[in-house]
Amino acid sequence: MTDTTEKHEDWSRPPATEVGVIGWLRKNLFSSWFNSILSLIAIYLIITTIPGIIEWALINSVWGDKSPEVCREAKGACWAFIYEKHRFILFGVYPYEEHWRPLVAMIIFLTLIFGSCIKPLWKLGWWLAALWAGGLVMVGILMWGGIFGLEYVNQSQWGGLPLTLFLATFGTVFAFPLGIFLALGRRSRMPAIRSLSVAYIELIRGVPLISILFMASVMFPLFLPAGVSIDKLLRAQVGIILFGAAYGAEIIRAGLQAIPRGQYEAADAMGLSYWQSMRKIILPQALRITIPPMVNGFIGGFKDTSLVVIIGLFDLLMTSRVAFQDINWRPFYVEGYLFCAAIYFCFCFFMSRYSQWLEKDLAKDQNH
Amino acid sequence: MANAQEAAAPNLGPAVELRHMHKWYGEFHVLKDINLTVRHGERVVVCGPSGSGKSTMIRCINRLEEHQRGHLFVDGLELTNDLKQIEAIRKEVGMVFQHFNLFPHMTVLENLILGPTWVRKIPRKEAIETAMMYLERVKIPEQAHKFPGQLSGGQQQRVAIARSLCMKPKIMLFDEPTSALDPEMIKEVLDVMIELAEEGMTMVCVTHEMGFARTVGDTMVFMDEGEIVEMEAPEEFFSNPKNERTQLFLSQILSH
Repeated sequence: MTDTTEKHEDWSRPPATEVGVIGWLRKNLFSSWFNSILSLIAIYLIITTIPGIIEWALINSVWGDKSPEVCREAKGACWAFIYEKHRFILFGVYPYEEHWRPLVAMIIFLTLIFGSCIKPLWKLGWWLAALWAGGLVMVGILMWGGIFGLEYVNQSQWGGLPLTLFLATFGTVFAFPLGIFLALGRRSRMPAIRSLSVAYIELIRGVPLISILFMASVMFPLFLPAGVSIDKLLRAQVGIILFGAAYGAEIIRAGLQAIPRGQYEAADAMGLSYWQSMRKIILPQALRITIPPMVNGFIGGFKDTSLVVIIGLFDLLMTSRVAFQDINWRPFYVEGYLFCAAIYFCFCFFMSRYSQWLEKDLAKDQNH
Repeated sequence: MANAQEAAAPNLGPAVELRHMHKWYGEFHVLKDINLTVRHGERVVVCGPSGSGKSTMIRCINRLEEHQRGHLFVDGLELTNDLKQIEAIRKEVGMVFQHFNLFPHMTVLENLILGPTWVRKIPRKEAIETAMMYLERVKIPEQAHKFPGQLSGGQQQRVAIARSLCMKPKIMLFDEPTSALDPEMIKEVLDVMIELAEEGMTMVCVTHEMGFARTVGDTMVFMDEGEIVEMEAPEEFFSNPKNERTQLFLSQILSH
């Protein structure tokens, strides 16, 4: 009795070493001697490199409308290069005076994409689909022109960010359902459908995307009757879709296999048809568990669109590289790549965070 | 037209009839010459050691398993490879599983109205009313908007029973409905099943709950090694089992 009164220990709170800043440091940086060494090394690296980077990128750098000569004399980054070339990097060889068109088209396009990510808006259902249809028509009118007094711009002149976004978005949007059908086909009880799906998936997965793009660009036209030609951009897009579908199918198949047999049986026992049980029972669960690998695939696919350069399309990475081919700005390729990387990073990071949020949100109710 | 009349006419034949039914898993003969007739309103309790084929047998009745020889009739329709026929039969046959098999991504109410709205094409509002009525009957109407993962095992199994009943089935199959439950939850599920039996539902239950079998069973079926060894009314079955294997089985499960 005397003991406890003398010590005055407060048992209602955890010890100071477990909570707050000290607790956090102990738990995350110095939980063991090995962790402590790693933490110290990391701190040392941060201290030695960060100031140099800040100096190069911010303090000694050249900003705004400056000539390449000024950049050559400066010790830091030449952001003047980006200032000078950003319109080319973003829009490629699209006619210079008409750059507002891809800009507005891209804003509409991104608004649609980000808007569709907002959960309360999903309730709009078909209205959302109608918005997409209307938005895409506007994007098409802006990009091609030819009506409403807009000058016609052939899609061979499209490039830069809009091209990358279109290829990636349509690639994802079409590859996804195709992947679902292939995954279901691979698990089908009908031998013909199953073997066709397996053959398709294994064939496409067995070759690099570059070779598919190359075949789409060079070989495919050889099989077409004389006089018929399908646009290069469309061919690349189809190549990306077909490639993405094969990979997506395998991810979805993994999800389908993770669903307990009891779920299939309960759906069957209820008298649901195959498509009803897939749509209402199996796919909603399977797709939810495949969100992480699926988004991994989307991010990979987004970056893989840069491979279209081999068939002569000017995506974002290519326009960045062409920008520093300019004899005056040749030394500043690091800035060019950094700018391009930053844009890629923004989109990929967004996808990653969004998928994490979506996963948590969908799991919130179900308690498991 | 002819079909509609057929469906409307009450079937006076047996609810379920298995005639010389055989099933193999590869080379393994799981069901050997099964003959069983279940009348409308009859409660059949199937028991037997594990691996005796009792689950497989009732899973054949709604074609979760395929039989390879013999004939199987449900409510007058023969089960064949015809998908339409299978779906028609599944509409009339409800099944309750050992592991509930509720759909975890849907609320309890959504679980209940799925079959009626998609298979029976009943309007949503009406389906919800029916669903709430059955939830009342299994005594958990307050759980309607929860997800299955938030309920106890006993509650989940009662939801599963309600889900089957919402389809207004003519026959209910129970595949060890209490085997996965904690002991204190078994009674609440059995109570629901007893009530259902008292209302005259045709039931085929695979279960080891001998108290339940005595209370509601009309016929006891004992299976071993893929065969029906003994088929008897409960009083006779429990007091005077004829076959040695039945005697051994009963002495094992009733000894404690």
